[in-house]
Amino acid sequence: MTNGYVNRDRRWHPPSITPDYKTSVARGPRHAPLSFPTTLVEETGPVFGHDMLGERDNDLILNFASGDGMAIGPRIIVHGQVRDEFGRGVPGALIEVWQANAGGRYRHKKESYLAPLDPNFGGCGRCISDEQGFYEFRTIMPGPYPWPNTMNDWRPAHIHFSIFGHGFAQRLITQMYFEGDPLIWHCPIVDTIPTREGIESLVAALDMARTVPMDARAYKFDITLRGRRQTMFENRMEGL
Amino acid sequence: MVQPLSYLKESPSQTAGPYVHIGCTPNFAEIEGVYPQDLGHEMITGNVQGQRIRITGRVIDGTGTPLRDALVEIWQPDAAGLFNSPAETRGTADPNFTGWGRCASDMTTGEFAFDTVKPGAVPFVDGRMQAPHVTLWIVARGINLGLHTRMYFPDEADANAADPILSRIEHQARVKTLIGADKGDGHYHFDIRLQGHNETVFFDI
Ligand SMILES: [Fe+2]
Repeated sequence: MTNGYVNRDRRWHPPSITPDYKTSVARGPRHAPLSFPTTLVEETGPVFGHDMLGERDNDLILNFASGDGMAIGPRIIVHGQVRDEFGRGVPGALIEVWQANAGGRYRHKKESYLAPLDPNFGGCGRCISDEQGFYEFRTIMPGPYPWPNTMNDWRPAHIHFSIFGHGFAQRLITQMYFEGDPLIWHCPIVDTIPTREGIESLVAALDMARTVPMDARAYKFDITLRGRRQTMFENRMEGL
Repeated sequence: MVQPLSYLKESPSQTAGPYVHIGCTPNFAEIEGVYPQDLGHEMITGNVQGQRIRITGRVIDGTGTPLRDALVEIWQPDAAGLFNSPAETRGTADPNFTGWGRCASDMTTGEFAFDTVKPGAVPFVDGRMQAPHVTLWIVARGINLGLHTRMYFPDEADANAADPILSRIEHQARVKTLIGADKGDGHYHFDIRLQGHNETVFFDI
């Protein structure tokens, strides 16, 4: 059945131009985007097989470390389910993450924050959701960091997520925040999301049930991708 | 009272930020040894069918400055118009072609490049054919929600004129923003303008 994806609710997402996040002003398109029903082009996408993954791809504590080294910082498990708007698990979704180290510093040549690099921390990881859409990785808690916008803007601790579901209609980049971080409510990038409810849907909960005792705390972060319509009546009118 | 629908909302988008390379193209970002190679760096994996082409381009902001921190992905069918995807039910795509590419724009020039094949045509939802095109998805610092667009081919004037998506564009003067420039020898160049007089048409995917 190809009934297409449910439209994206653009009032739920950040608008294109959000002046308090200054970079968007010259980079956000001004024209309204062109709407049309999703076609095979948007409903298809590449497959990412579990065989492409290395053993430590989802372990940011070890995947860049040398010898017996480990990344420095509070150890955490991040896990959750990738599901669609109808609540169905999305299996086989590629999840790529990147983050700053425990001091809030990224390993990137354009990064100039004075906090030091961690020689055992690269900052990238990836995994593929299982048959029910569940995923998990291990990392260290990223630090907050200052960034140039106004003279004193700080990003809350966050992990960037790139998610590739079953087609380009399910392509999404977002960020995960941590329960209880007061900086969430001071961040112009977080604030591009129009509603408090939307913001809270990106805040991962401390998950004591999945915490590994004497080892790592856990945070649960569920991700919702676009849903695909299902109906037994799939007629489509000419030109729609 | 009515029964609640209890559907979920899509996770809201957040900008990819300036360090998207760390997560999506770590080798390009000089984080080596974690993944053997960056995903999507190669679309042609063997003796591919069809005409080999190269697509280059830039993403340009409202001041005319090329972005040097953008990430671009493309998706397209093979030369016969078939997608290398499990959702493809019309046939089996060329096994030597992935159809998917990912490229960070050059940190100095802002240029991205894909070595690929000229795509075949695929049908619209009502069965009419869409003109050959590649679909592109662009993220970067300052872009709050990933941008979808398409590059069509300048040497497909008849197919472009009949294309069901291009003909939906209200201001037909903007159609030209979706047509690549023919640089000869199978090289097409496609500049994506985020704003301004020639703002590229972006799609509500
Ligand atoms: Fe960040």
